[in-house]
Amino acid sequence: MSTYEIYIAYLTIVRKEIKRFMRIWVQTLLPPSIIMVLYFIIFGNLIGSRIGQMGGFDYMQFIVPGLIMMSVITNSYGNVVSSFYSTKYQGSLEEMLVSPMPNWVILAGYVTGGVARGLAVGTIVTSLSLFFTQLEVYNLGIIILVVLMTSILFSLGGFVNAVFANSFDDIAIVPTFILTPLTYLGGVFYSIDLLPDFWAGASQFNPILYMVNAFRYGILGVSDIPVGYALLVISAFIIALYSYCMHLLNTGKGIRK
Amino acid sequence: MTYALEITQLHKIYDNGFEALKGISLKVEQGDFFALLGPNGAGKSTTLGVVSSLVNKTKGSVKVFGYDLDTQVSQAKCLMGVVPQEFNFNMFEKVQDVVVQQAGYYGIPRDEAIRRTEQLLKQLGLWDKRDDASRNLSGGMKRRLMIARALVHKPKLLILDEPTAGVDIELRRSMWEFLTRINEQGTTIILTTHYLEEAENLCRNIAIIDSGDIIKHSPMQDLLKTINTETIVLNLQEPLVNLPEVEGYHLLLVNDMHIEITLNQGQDINNVFVVLTAAGIKVTSMRNKTNRLEELFVNLVTSNKTDLQGVSA
Repeated sequence: MSTYEIYIAYLTIVRKEIKRFMRIWVQTLLPPSIIMVLYFIIFGNLIGSRIGQMGGFDYMQFIVPGLIMMSVITNSYGNVVSSFYSTKYQGSLEEMLVSPMPNWVILAGYVTGGVARGLAVGTIVTSLSLFFTQLEVYNLGIIILVVLMTSILFSLGGFVNAVFANSFDDIAIVPTFILTPLTYLGGVFYSIDLLPDFWAGASQFNPILYMVNAFRYGILGVSDIPVGYALLVISAFIIALYSYCMHLLNTGKGIRK
Repeated sequence: MTYALEITQLHKIYDNGFEALKGISLKVEQGDFFALLGPNGAGKSTTLGVVSSLVNKTKGSVKVFGYDLDTQVSQAKCLMGVVPQEFNFNMFEKVQDVVVQQAGYYGIPRDEAIRRTEQLLKQLGLWDKRDDASRNLSGGMKRRLMIARALVHKPKLLILDEPTAGVDIELRRSMWEFLTRINEQGTTIILTTHYLEEAENLCRNIAIIDSGDIIKHSPMQDLLKTINTETIVLNLQEPLVNLPEVEGYHLLLVNDMHIEITLNQGQDINNVFVVLTAAGIKVTSMRNKTNRLEELFVNLVTSNKTDLQGVSA
């Protein structure tokens, strides 16, 4: 295939993916918005007003970046895992596998779809947060970079999950038992300075900590982790997961018989 | 000579140890209408799965118009269209979108894809359904949708895995006409089917696969010539009690209204009519008991099974 044909194939998957989550917006865009508004009201306004300051900021201001990042993570992941698994389950994945499209284009198309939904939900949640607090932009470049890298990383994660999933239960296990606990323990609601030394050290193994803190740095200018180090860790995870996804596609694991 | 499809020593062993293909070799000429027949589980779909890249082969080589699937997969795939046995499109997509999207996967610009989709959906009688969700189509329409999807990138080789399964006879015949037309226009077609009448009517060459081996590979006419016997059923005008004997012929009174005649190659059925007419028996119509190819197919597969049992014993 020529570069132009590859570009068209890529656009076809991206268009299909965006159309899919827009068509079912009641399932994809509305619930995270409602959940985040509840977080803002309960943790930010009601409980947060009693907590006082965290890291030198109002509690609401402190948790908003983490909550935005949480939305981006769960939606990027959820979009790819559910869409790719459905494609596999219905057999329509074969449409792509019989075509001359290179495997990396299939992966790029799905990842872009996940990033698109992550960004869409992130934008909605950010807009809603403005009803509850004032958001400042400390470093726009870091904000954009971290959101993009995080959504790419979790889209790749969703892809791996979908490849190995054999039932719809399998696509719910990782988000429920791994992703959500890691997100809650990733410094969304607190600074790791509050933790005892052991747990603060253990938190360093949680990749979500780096994303939440790097994003918080972009908005508030504070972070528990050096931002350069956080970006390095996220990049390393992206490279590792991308390589693994390509290995799965090239060998046909979970996809071809 | 460059073949449309050239399979050499193709082996497939599944993860559970089942050997689905035992080193088959097959050549399909350009422009051919080729039938790949075999009983259930013989290895037809595995063969087509390997050719269409949906099944990983264990060893062997597959070439499509000279392009090796191992080293020139993109070129090979561009030349192939695949209609699988199972419905494998997104049931929530609109009919038109299923085809347009497939064109996109082959790098066809959207405007052109929409134009080709309209043309194909009209040819296959689906244009009125273009905005319907594909899950709402009937079984026959779904099959036609898969044919439209497989043709949207104008492949030179069309692979159809039981395209008429579950399709009523009228629709089946219209699909035969459509396939014959595109074959005449130059598309090579490989077909698997359980309707042997379909294979006999459409295909010029045939391979029969059984238990992972090709047990016959020849032109259809040559194969049909090897049929030694043919069974004819005569429908009688009036009930018959005593069947007259005809020397040299084997006649059987199936019930009081039907006679079965087994004809060996070269025997003249007129000799039977002479005796029946003399006995005052009136025949209203006659037909072949089974399709000729069906008879041959059953014989070949049964004798292959017997051979295999003999080997394993």
